[in-house]
Amino acid sequence: MSAVEGYESAEALQNVSTLKSENHRERRTFLGLSMPAVLVVLVVVFLPVLWLSSLSFFNAAGELSSENYARIFKSELYLRTFVVTFQISVAVTVICVLVGYPLCYWLARMSDRNAAILMVFVLVPFWTSVLVRTYAWLVLLQRNGIINESMISMGIIDEPLQLAHNLTGSIIGMVHIMLPFLVLPLYATMRSVDTDLVRAAVGLGSSPRGAFWRVFFPMSLPGLFAGIVLVFILSLGFFVTPALLGGGRVQMLAQRIESTITIYSNWGAASALGVVLLLMALLMIWLMNRVFGLDKLFMR
Amino acid sequence: MEQVGQRKIDGLWLTVVGIAVLFFLILPTLIVIPMSFSGASFLEFPPTSFSFRWYTAYLTSPEWMSATRTSLIAAILTTLIATPLGSLCAYGLHCSAPRIRNAAQILVIMPIVVPVILIAVGVFSLYAKLGLNYTLAGVVIAHTALALPFVIVTVMSGLQNYDFDQELAARSLGASRAYALWTVTVPQVKFSIQTGAFLAFITSLDEVVISMLVSGGDNATITRRMFNSLRDQLDPTIAAISTCLIVVSVVALVGVQLIGRSKNVDK
Amino acid sequence: MSSATQSLPIEISSLCKAYGSVKALDDVSLNIAAGEFLTLLGPSGSGKTTLLMALAGFSRPDSGSIRFGDQEVIATPPHKRGLGMVFQSYALFPFMTVAENVAYPLKIRGVSKSDQKTHAERALDTVQLGGYGDRRITQLSGGQRQRVALARAMVFEPQIILMDEPLSALDKQLREHMQIELKALHQKLDATVVYVTHDQREALTMSDRIAVVNHGRIEQVETPERLYRQPSSFFVADFVGESVSLPVKVANDTAQLGERALKSDSPIAQGSGGHRLVIRPELLEVTSGAVPETANDLSGHVHDIIYQGDSVLVIVQHDSAGQINVRVPANRAGQTGLPSKGERIGLALHPEDTIIVPEHAS
Ligand SMILES: Nc1ncnc2c1ncn2[C@@H]1O[C@H](COP(=O)(O)OP(=O)(O)O)[C@@H](O)[C@H]1O
Ligand SMILES: [Mg+2]
Repeated sequence: MSAVEGYESAEALQNVSTLKSENHRERRTFLGLSMPAVLVVLVVVFLPVLWLSSLSFFNAAGELSSENYARIFKSELYLRTFVVTFQISVAVTVICVLVGYPLCYWLARMSDRNAAILMVFVLVPFWTSVLVRTYAWLVLLQRNGIINESMISMGIIDEPLQLAHNLTGSIIGMVHIMLPFLVLPLYATMRSVDTDLVRAAVGLGSSPRGAFWRVFFPMSLPGLFAGIVLVFILSLGFFVTPALLGGGRVQMLAQRIESTITIYSNWGAASALGVVLLLMALLMIWLMNRVFGLDKLFMR
Repeated sequence: MEQVGQRKIDGLWLTVVGIAVLFFLILPTLIVIPMSFSGASFLEFPPTSFSFRWYTAYLTSPEWMSATRTSLIAAILTTLIATPLGSLCAYGLHCSAPRIRNAAQILVIMPIVVPVILIAVGVFSLYAKLGLNYTLAGVVIAHTALALPFVIVTVMSGLQNYDFDQELAARSLGASRAYALWTVTVPQVKFSIQTGAFLAFITSLDEVVISMLVSGGDNATITRRMFNSLRDQLDPTIAAISTCLIVVSVVALVGVQLIGRSKNVDK
Repeated sequence: MSSATQSLPIEISSLCKAYGSVKALDDVSLNIAAGEFLTLLGPSGSGKTTLLMALAGFSRPDSGSIRFGDQEVIATPPHKRGLGMVFQSYALFPFMTVAENVAYPLKIRGVSKSDQKTHAERALDTVQLGGYGDRRITQLSGGQRQRVALARAMVFEPQIILMDEPLSALDKQLREHMQIELKALHQKLDATVVYVTHDQREALTMSDRIAVVNHGRIEQVETPERLYRQPSSFFVADFVGESVSLPVKVANDTAQLGERALKSDSPIAQGSGGHRLVIRPELLEVTSGAVPETANDLSGHVHDIIYQGDSVLVIVQHDSAGQINVRVPANRAGQTGLPSKGERIGLALHPEDTIIVPEHAS
């Protein structure tokens, strides 16, 4: 280490090699403890995804080429998939913010106890299988499901609306799945905002609304941003709900990748789609890391 | 005067929105449970008659039972593997230099941030070479990778809140590192480890996309069968199965909440 | 506790440890006698904890040697160094009872259950916590936790005990009480104690010798009294005890304050940087008439008088050199009657109290 060389006197350097080898031994021990888990992730996630991505750079004859990318960016079908995926993800994220922010703000102003009780309504769906929730929405949104029936009986509509097996159904279902991902980090951040600050702002002459926008809202932004990134990333690559609630009319990227492989066995094209999806996800993660700090994920 | 009125309106508006959103969140769960006890042969709400017929259908179907068994075994094995591996990894990273820790953290949360469809397709083709598709081992290995980040994140945050001097104290008092880890550190991050285990179990039990590709035949998971069944029609048996899954989730959630409670009481 | 243990001397030589570009330990050498109570005193960030942790085996130096008795321990893992340690946070195990905490080191050493119990009880008695064995840690006050940590660190009769700011979490009154108690305990224990604090009063109260640490170097190692009266550098003089200082010029072994030569009993210590005259407020004598020829004359005008209960602090504007603080015991101030603000005051600094130090020790 260069740090050691900085000391001038030669006789100061006793036991240097012993200490260095002890240091290395200790570092190896810690690395050894982490290795099994890291290896599993490496072998099961990292390498296969890397390998999958590499397929996109080869054509059917096995030569290096950008054919696959040229194809997906020229094909009407694939381009539509990108556009639809992006539109749905943005829509879901916006709706989640619009309904999630007021909910969190409402909960954050309650006593700890009341808020904890009401958080059950967020946590139970969060812990419930995506499949179960999608199934429930299929039932709810059917032509003769309760939503249509109750709206008809209340006289809001005359004819049942087409809610499931289309874009509307997909978005409703996805918002339901994604909302907890926005609410949990946002609520945690709001809870940690010092309410005295807001009160002080009001005391100093701000109107409550002014204090909200100038003091509270900026302080809740890190949590909001984390939630937005999480929801957006998960939406981009989401499979289950659009596949079931879209009724084949909604094709997002994940479904397109799946069908390109299972139906058409076109690994090159699927892989190129995957690379684009991966890049979008990594870009969002990078953004989140820049603005919010990824290591926040490891603390509370 | 004007401000007070304004604040009341704001408050009312918030309450209405808040309640509506909570209702939206809980609605699907509320609907599935009564429906599973319906006596009708098609889906109806509210149910007009009460029966256990869909539970009977579920419990007597060899396919559903086999799938349930596969899913439970896979979830238990995943928990048993991911919890110790993840906990050790968290400890190792906690004690490592910040540079190594940060690099490893990014690698280790990959399974959460990489779209699961890509993992599924990648694993599917890897397993094709290894002959692991349609095997229980294949499902367990893939689910372990998905569950590890949850265990690592919870245990690391547990270690962050733990006064690490205690482990040093134990070692100064004569305990080897391993003995100090086992007798002093583990008892205190026990709650985080348990929370991680619950998360691992639920992650495996509820996982759809990977299971859809790599499980099958005798080793099809319950989520794979449900997904395929839902693609075709709305079988009310699924309401009964869903209710069972909800019960498992709520039990896990309550478990985690109780763990959190006892942790706070201890402090 | 028992005469079976023999305390061990500690020999630290040329210890170096760098964190990046920060030298946390910069060629530290220090000999600690068997049975001595030695305090590492220094400002926060000076490297005290790093040095103590190196003794304990938790921080690994880059180079150097540490000997306990005649045994080199630099590569010995912490659990084989056989020393007792008390942490700032106490580091008690909250899920064990008080007795289980204290018995932990005995359990590791394979002591029988019944012996564990008697030894733990005796250790708890020693720290005046007899009968507290079944309590939970969470039921104890800060002072009681401190005592449990002590009992746990000494129950296995270690020859060396290390303590890192063990009293800093306690309130002032309890802290002062515990200082006396710790000192008494040390005399009973026959163990070499290395004690870390940033509180100079605590160091002066408790120690046989004090090692003043600054920027990873040891500035001076001395008994409390000599450290106070004969600091080797301005840093030590300033850090230990209350003082004001004035810059002086040194030529031909005499120091000059302004135009006047200063009389001093002790030789002027060598070092780098300029020299300073260090004035302890309680060592200045207020004279009613003229300052005697044998003393240094620091007279000036009273700038302010601050009543502080047991004493009165008088701030004096010296004729040429700046402000000087004088401390006068409150009862004496009442008797003699001090000059009031703006009046002239005679101040004598006797040669034996005249401390002249270099900015940095050589
Ligand atoms: N783990 C570490 N990593 C980097 N720097 C450290 C670490 N521990 C201590 N240091 C640095 O070493 C110096 C000495 O620290 P320390 O021994 O804790 O001081 P003290 O106990 O006297 O307050 C400080 O400058 C501190 O910032
Ligand atoms: Mg310190």
